[in-house]
Amino acid sequence: MVQYMSGQLDASFAALSDATRRGVLERLGRADASITDLADAFQMTLTGMRKHVRVLERAALVTTEKIGRVRTCRLGPRRLVEEVGWMEEYRLLWDARFDVLDTVVEELKRKEKVDGRDNGA
Amino acid sequence: MDATTEHEPIRADISTTVERKSERELVVSRTINAPARVVFDAWTKPELFERWWAPKSFPISLLSCELDVRVGGRYRLVFGYEGSTVEFFGTYLEVTPRSRLVWTNDEGDAGPVTTVTFEETGGKTLVVATDLYPSKEALDVAIASGSTGMSGMPEALEQLDELLLSLDDSAGG
Repeated sequence: MVQYMSGQLDASFAALSDATRRGVLERLGRADASITDLADAFQMTLTGMRKHVRVLERAALVTTEKIGRVRTCRLGPRRLVEEVGWMEEYRLLWDARFDVLDTVVEELKRKEKVDGRDNGA
Repeated sequence: MDATTEHEPIRADISTTVERKSERELVVSRTINAPARVVFDAWTKPELFERWWAPKSFPISLLSCELDVRVGGRYRLVFGYEGSTVEFFGTYLEVTPRSRLVWTNDEGDAGPVTTVTFEETGGKTLVVATDLYPSKEALDVAIASGSTGMSGMPEALEQLDELLLSLDDSAGG
């Protein structure tokens, strides 16, 4: 999982390191768009825009779907960067919980030992 | 009961892991250095549970904790946060001493069903807590709203944003 995560993060970083691709994400945040729309908006060739979209797709930031002759682009399954950040926060929360649980069970174990000796005596 | 055991290795380390195991499942696991009997007690006795469920480092405090741990029994947790209170409640669906707890989370519309398993090996217990949401969308929403966490959209996210920005700067456009 960790490796999967860092692989995905690398892909996200690479995808976001380009101004055009960030612009594409911003635009898709407002509305879905075809490759042609995007190419027009950023004054690029279709081939050039297709390359950018493929990079975003690999990073799971964008998904595309071909309907008839038009390929429509939309934001990815879940903005991965947000998800990774949230997962780490959630992990820290549980980590803190479990750390206290550790001390609680240590106390219970000690108490059991003492009670056990008392009962055995 | 043993027949349902999955073929997953017991993790030897004690670090807490979180994994989105499927579109609808979020899984947290950690090995606790105590027998399952003791760990199970800490999850089911209110006076123990309330000590660790909301650690002091949290921005919230646990004001009350009622756990009626039996099949069909209810639980209710009341938290205080910035002057207001938030309640979490639901019903226990399964209670198998020392090995398994299942409860519902009924405070929201599309809350998950939580399954906690306790697997003892050599005096240590692997705890695996799985939240199974009714749909992919429900888990997506929980993540996006931070509702499964404690404090809305996390600081970690801002830090990650900053990291992305700084990487971008150093890449020179």
